[in-house]
Amino acid sequence: MTLYILCFILFCVGLYGVLRKRNLVKIIIGLGIIEYSMNLFFVLLGYRLQGRAPIDAQHQDILNMVDPLPQAVVLTSIVIGLGITALVISIAIRIYEKYGTFDITKIRRLKG
Amino acid sequence: MELHILLLFMILAAIIAIEIKDLLSSVIAIGSAGFALCLAFLILKAPDLAITQLVVEILCLIILIRATIRKDLPLIIEGRWFFNTISTLIFIAAFLLFAYYALKELPSFGHPMMSVVKKYLEEGTSKTGAVNLVTSVILDFRAYDTLAEATVLFTAVIGIMAVLRRKGRKEISEKDEY
Repeated sequence: MTLYILCFILFCVGLYGVLRKRNLVKIIIGLGIIEYSMNLFFVLLGYRLQGRAPIDAQHQDILNMVDPLPQAVVLTSIVIGLGITALVISIAIRIYEKYGTFDITKIRRLKG
Repeated sequence: MELHILLLFMILAAIIAIEIKDLLSSVIAIGSAGFALCLAFLILKAPDLAITQLVVEILCLIILIRATIRKDLPLIIEGRWFFNTISTLIFIAAFLLFAYYALKELPSFGHPMMSVVKKYLEEGTSKTGAVNLVTSVILDFRAYDTLAEATVLFTAVIGIMAVLRRKGRKEISEKDEY
């Protein structure tokens, strides 16, 4: 249970970074932290005490395996996270080229 | 116990990454958090995830450093301090409220609900021929999920190419006319 609460605290740190910071790179880093905490939470949900990795081996002593389903889902999520980070960073680079700053309150030409 | 230490390290690294002034230092702090996550996956008996996380983390670091290196850092003064803090606190409080309700329904750590996976564990190797059960799930039982993942990845690549593209020939010739 403590691990779940620590995971939630990590999520809250990321949420704080996304909502409170005004630098675009800091916001992207906050998104990354949220992604880490969600992936870790899924894998924590599937862990079994005294389990072993979900791979069939020849001479196995421990019969309990951890849950492979959250691991498969998180594998997808990690790769998609890379795509998200790359896309957001490319947009941030473009904004920097156009406005010369990462500060989100200085980017005013989008307003009508 | 190791997991607690790793998670505390990740929280510390995340706070440093959010709060430090220098952008390059903050990128390096987030990288250390990612590698700690990789170790945590290894302790949680998920070697496939650890390998993937390692590769993805290195790529993310390269991309983030490309974005932050040799950029000047204008001093950012926090404006509208009161409103921003209050709205942030409201969002975090809402999240913690729902997390509190969800935490009572969750299975306790180390005793997962294996209702769906029981069948995969029994029949996975004989049905798909894959020794690694994670592979049998992503490539056979839930192959459409992986197909959608590849679609999303290539869509992201197309988006990056469209955003970062240099100016085309047409736009330059139009500019000459003005």
